[in-house]
Amino acid sequence: MSIALTQKLSKISWLEPVIKAAQGENRSQNLSIIIKAVGIPLAGIMMFLMIWHAAASGIDTSLGKFPGPADVLLQSKTLISEHISERDKAAAFYQRQNERNADRLAKDPDYKVKIRAYTGKPTYVDQIFTSLITVLSGFLLASLIAIPLGIVIGLSANLYAAFNPVIQIFKPVSPLAWLPLVTMVVSALYVSDNPVVPKSFITSMITVMLCCLWPTVINTAVGVASISQDLKNVSQVLRLSWLTHVRKIVLPAAIPMMFTGLRLSLSIAWMVLIAAEMLAQNPGLGKFVWDEFQNGSSNSLGRIMVAVITIGLIGFALDRMMLLLQRIVSWDKSATLR
Amino acid sequence: MNPLLELTQVGIEFNTAKGSFRALQNVDLKIHKGEYISLIGHSGCGKSTVLNIVAGLLQATEGGVVLNGKEVNEPGPERAVVFQNHSLLPWLSAYENVELAVKQVFRGKKSKAEMKAWIEHNLELVHMTHAMHKRPDEISGGMKQRVGIARALAMEPQVLLMDEPFGALDALTRAHLQDSLMDIQKELNNTVIMITHDVDEAVLLSDRIVMMTNGPAATIGEILDIELERPRNRLQLADDPRYNHYRHQVLSFLYEKQRKTDDNPPATQTRDQAPDSTIIKERHDTRAINTPARQADARGPEQEKLNALKTA
Ligand SMILES: Nc1ncnc2c1ncn2[C@@H]1O[C@H](COP(=O)(O)OP(=O)(O)O)[C@@H](O)[C@H]1O
Ligand SMILES: [Mg+2]
Repeated sequence: MSIALTQKLSKISWLEPVIKAAQGENRSQNLSIIIKAVGIPLAGIMMFLMIWHAAASGIDTSLGKFPGPADVLLQSKTLISEHISERDKAAAFYQRQNERNADRLAKDPDYKVKIRAYTGKPTYVDQIFTSLITVLSGFLLASLIAIPLGIVIGLSANLYAAFNPVIQIFKPVSPLAWLPLVTMVVSALYVSDNPVVPKSFITSMITVMLCCLWPTVINTAVGVASISQDLKNVSQVLRLSWLTHVRKIVLPAAIPMMFTGLRLSLSIAWMVLIAAEMLAQNPGLGKFVWDEFQNGSSNSLGRIMVAVITIGLIGFALDRMMLLLQRIVSWDKSATLR
Repeated sequence: MNPLLELTQVGIEFNTAKGSFRALQNVDLKIHKGEYISLIGHSGCGKSTVLNIVAGLLQATEGGVVLNGKEVNEPGPERAVVFQNHSLLPWLSAYENVELAVKQVFRGKKSKAEMKAWIEHNLELVHMTHAMHKRPDEISGGMKQRVGIARALAMEPQVLLMDEPFGALDALTRAHLQDSLMDIQKELNNTVIMITHDVDEAVLLSDRIVMMTNGPAATIGEILDIELERPRNRLQLADDPRYNHYRHQVLSFLYEKQRKTDDNPPATQTRDQAPDSTIIKERHDTRAINTPARQADARGPEQEKLNALKTA
């Protein structure tokens, strides 16, 4: 392993003892650190699985027993094999189509080749990707609005006072309340015979945006407003222009707080998305859960449980990604990154 | 010769929650080119306010400041400020902090290469070449202050304003920086206004010490010319009677004429009640002498009682 890579990896806290032990540094001590860092969380997970298993076998529903860990594992395998077979079908479909087209071209060189898309139903993996794309679009849109807005109102005490009540009122509004409104507005305004993206996607994205806007606005504004007078004085003595002041002083100074907001926003966005997809019927994880619930087969609960765990894991991964981004972008390495 | 900087009848009133507060009144001061001026006075008397008015960060309510024949009414790099707590941008390296100032001041006047050389030259003046690519959180307090000074010097200011530049540093670091500053001053002969609460620092560095009366409505009490030849050496000066004379004069202004009392002094405040605060060594000395003496007095009768008990 290259030295630079080793150094980068050892910045990840729990990897540090692993690497040190691998390099032969103080083996026994590092080993005990590894056991603490990896062993204890692992034991926690095992304990959870055991309690889950025991509790699940005691719950009878109209759709059969509540799924335990084993059922969920089975269902996740099924979902993956369904995905693979669906992909195979699609590949076969395109191959047949290509062969047919080639035949026709051979017989009649003037034949206009038409490629028809495969219209199988979206698999679980497809739905995960739809959800990810929707949540990231909504979050990106929210950030593009929230960061500039936060900076502007953070720079002026008057603007802050003016916007604050509006922000405080909209902040706690549930996505379920926004959704009907957003649906109607999108239907009215987004009219196109040949839409680039489906309406349900736009509806979910805007709902996500409306709900996850606020933490970034508030935290950015607070970050900007709490820039020390000394730094502002430096900017004044240097006669920095407004734009340079924002770029060189305000933006970097506010970055730690901004990221606190962005991380909150992203986790809210992900939570809101599932609810929005359920109601907007956007083909993502939320719709998957809803469809399985409506479907009501003996496998449904197990499949929903797979979705629950997937949602949790993706939410966790998204948060880690933001943390990584914060580590790269932020100058304030001393800020607690949790 | 016309003064470079002239404060005329400067006064300022702050609007506070408890009504208006008059901080300064009738401040008159003329400073010539190349002069090194110290402002000294008790904490809260209005030294920073004077400096901020000269810097343009505060607007005087009455009177005004004229620099080089032009009235000052906004901040600008020709009046560079060294702030007490360095005020470096924490996300930039020492070099980049100076660069921000240099780019702003010399945009269009210096080429890229010239700017680089100028930044490095100024960092060299303050002996920071070895750590110029380190960020503020990677260097010591004294080094941060050095970078702050380099940033101000790099603006080539007409007046260099320093608000307790070494106030937060330990005595040894402070002495190092004072020596550095004297070396730089010998080379550049800047016009400087420096706030300090350290009497030795004021006498060592200044051409004139401006002593301020206590607020509210503070003003200039006395001005002391320091006629010690340069270069000055702190060790030699320690035994110099002139040095001690100047030092004594500042101390007597601060602790006799402008004796700092509590905000609401009780009418019957006694003479030997130790006034609060400040850092001056002599004050600690008097206390150190007073306290055991008083304690001995207080302990006297107790001790006698004890002795009586023992003998009984
Ligand atoms: N912006 C302000 N608003 C109200 N009062 C102020 C302000 N700035 C300074 N003062 C008051 O003016 C007086 C002088 O302050 P300052 O110049 O900071 O004193 P110092 O001599 O310690 O530097 C103090 O009583 C302080 O409370
Ligand atoms: Mg002050």
